[in-house]
Amino acid sequence: MVRVGTVAALALAALLVAPNQARADEARPPLRIGSKRFTESLILGEIAVAVARAAGDAEVTHQEGLGGTAVVYRALEEGSIDVYPEYTGTIAEAILHDTGRPDLATIRKALAPRGLLVGDPLGFDNTYALAVPAAVARSRHLARISDLNAAPDLRFGLSHEFLGRTDGWPGLAESYGLHPSSVQGLDHGLAYEAIKGGSIDVTDVYSTDAKIGRYDLTVLAEDRRFFPSYEAVFLYREDAAKRSPRAFAAVSALAGRFDAATMIELNAKAEIDHCTFAGVAQEAVESRLGASVPGGQPSLGLRRGLLSGILSTIRTEGPRHLALTFGALVLSILVGLPLGILASRGRFLGRAILGAVGILQTIPSLALLCFFIPLLGTGPLPALCALFLYGLLPIARSTGAGIEAIPSSLLESAEALGLSPRATLFSIKLPLASRAILAGIKTCAVINVGTATLAAFIGAGGFGAPISMGLTLNDTTLILQGAIPSAGVALLAEGLFALLDRALIPKGLRLAESQENTPSPSEA
Amino acid sequence: MIALEGVSKRLGGKLILAPTTLTVAAKTTVALLGPSGCGKSTLLRLIIGLLTPDTGSVTVTGEVVTAASAPAIRRRVGYVIQDGGLFPHLTAGENASLMARHLGWERARIQDRLDELCELVRLDPPLLGRYPVELSGGQRQRVGLMRGLMLDPDLLLLDEPMGALDPIVRARLQEDLKGIFAALKKTVVLVTHDIGEAAYLAEDVVLMREGHILQRGALRDLATRPADQFVSDFLEAQRTPWQSEWSA
Repeated sequence: MVRVGTVAALALAALLVAPNQARADEARPPLRIGSKRFTESLILGEIAVAVARAAGDAEVTHQEGLGGTAVVYRALEEGSIDVYPEYTGTIAEAILHDTGRPDLATIRKALAPRGLLVGDPLGFDNTYALAVPAAVARSRHLARISDLNAAPDLRFGLSHEFLGRTDGWPGLAESYGLHPSSVQGLDHGLAYEAIKGGSIDVTDVYSTDAKIGRYDLTVLAEDRRFFPSYEAVFLYREDAAKRSPRAFAAVSALAGRFDAATMIELNAKAEIDHCTFAGVAQEAVESRLGASVPGGQPSLGLRRGLLSGILSTIRTEGPRHLALTFGALVLSILVGLPLGILASRGRFLGRAILGAVGILQTIPSLALLCFFIPLLGTGPLPALCALFLYGLLPIARSTGAGIEAIPSSLLESAEALGLSPRATLFSIKLPLASRAILAGIKTCAVINVGTATLAAFIGAGGFGAPISMGLTLNDTTLILQGAIPSAGVALLAEGLFALLDRALIPKGLRLAESQENTPSPSEA
Repeated sequence: MIALEGVSKRLGGKLILAPTTLTVAAKTTVALLGPSGCGKSTLLRLIIGLLTPDTGSVTVTGEVVTAASAPAIRRRVGYVIQDGGLFPHLTAGENASLMARHLGWERARIQDRLDELCELVRLDPPLLGRYPVELSGGQRQRVGLMRGLMLDPDLLLLDEPMGALDPIVRARLQEDLKGIFAALKKTVVLVTHDIGEAAYLAEDVVLMREGHILQRGALRDLATRPADQFVSDFLEAQRTPWQSEWSA
């Protein structure tokens, strides 16, 4: 027991102290740049990293691919990141809950009391838009959405979501008085192929989609401002800006340097040409800003092939993934085992304990991960806590059930011998329940290996990092780079527990199980 | 040695043992006899403190059995149940020496005591390395007896010790038990539903029914001067060979 506790404490300490230790060695203040889990945000995050690093007055790290606005904004608010790329429309709706389309000045005023600043717009808008093939735009003289009124014969192919939202097609059509002869609903993923194949002429897009450039589409200007504006800006903490003024000056200097066409091309390099985000960012900084970025890889490095990708994932994410999985497992054992023992003491207490840990189990993993951000920030610590809580139920329940399944005659024998309750627990109950307890721990370990991949959504790293990136980029190779090692660890855990069965389950119990169906030896 | 004073017990609202007064003198062997559900095992459990009496008190070797005193008293009492009650995860030797190891006996002392007991209960010493599943029913019962005797208790309580054995094994173990009782001169309380076993092993028989003691004495007295109809019915039902001679 003591040794297991030491291992857990060390694992925890390694997770918590190591990054802090590394930072403490550096004289420069840390600057943590965040990004959301989609291509454009990741590229903008890498661009900010590149210019901030070059400024030289901050130790820059990238908390990349955080899962969604709720996660990344909470991380910014409680200070586990200092800056991230955001869109004005998202700030208004998702953060300020202001549907009145506030302008940038209003947004800045609302965020100032929270110690947050909004940079100047980068120069592009990422919002709903309508696109037509460039050839059609030229021949029909289409530049603005209102121009479509002059071409009612064009076939519209719109995504189901866009068709359904009142702030989508119905509102847009009413606002512009559009009455196309043909409007067809289709899957967003198929729209580009359909328009390329000529079966539709107009579709809804996000205005910086990677495929717009490669499929040679023209985005029509939204001249009546029906859609709210989603201008890209950097959102950052005032205190961090004061700590590293040069780095923030460099990030601020990005304002106005990225138009929609540039962003479309950068997105395409990552999504279609499979370049790394850092490579795309480095090239963008060099070509757009004429600055050279020190210490970078050769520009536009391609993402790796499957095998070398797997090896590199194991090397870079393996230790973190194993520390998360097994650190949480050890903590779950340390707490779950005593809880299970307690639960076996009384029916009411048992129900209360198992009920409470059972409720934890029903919370969706991503929600539980997000719940910890205001308390513990982003990164490995909240992930460790979430995994730990998930592990409690299988271990506590199997321990309780294992002890309750011990025949009462054996417990009475122990009592009649005069064994103390403590000795009965350690010499009789736990060994007799060992099979059930180990089964619970095994379940917990296998769940942990899988659930730990979700930890990447809150910046905890691990094998989930390439998986979430692969989902973002729709890149199967990248997904497999995380999924294969993760499955490997699950298999490894299974094998390890088969060995542990032999080591930890008393021989007499194993014999009893194997001889259950064979007759006992006759009297000598 | 053992004194029960007005001891009664209800379990789940049902009267298991009516207020009962019973004494067992030192170095005697008493059999608690009766049909199943008569309260004889409950009485044994009350003696060792596995159950707490609703009324009255139990005294063992001059000490009242309470929750506080029970653990110490149990170490002076050997308790053996059907099939030995052995722990499946421990070897026969580990089962027998569990309490001695718990009390911190030295290895050599434990080994000497195990050798001594093997001879007493006629168990082949190499069998001590085996697990309960690798032993026969009779062997398990002998190991259970060793465990009960390990700390050299003053008092031995046996609850249907031969209930799970076939007749030949049973007869052999009964013979050995009689020899052991004679050799050790301990106080023994034996629970059984078998008149033959009671008569063979005990000088004193306590016949019970539905939580009451009906009659106590030598079996011959019970047969020749039954306290009530049930006593003679119970004895008759088991058709012991000598019973017909006595009543004739």
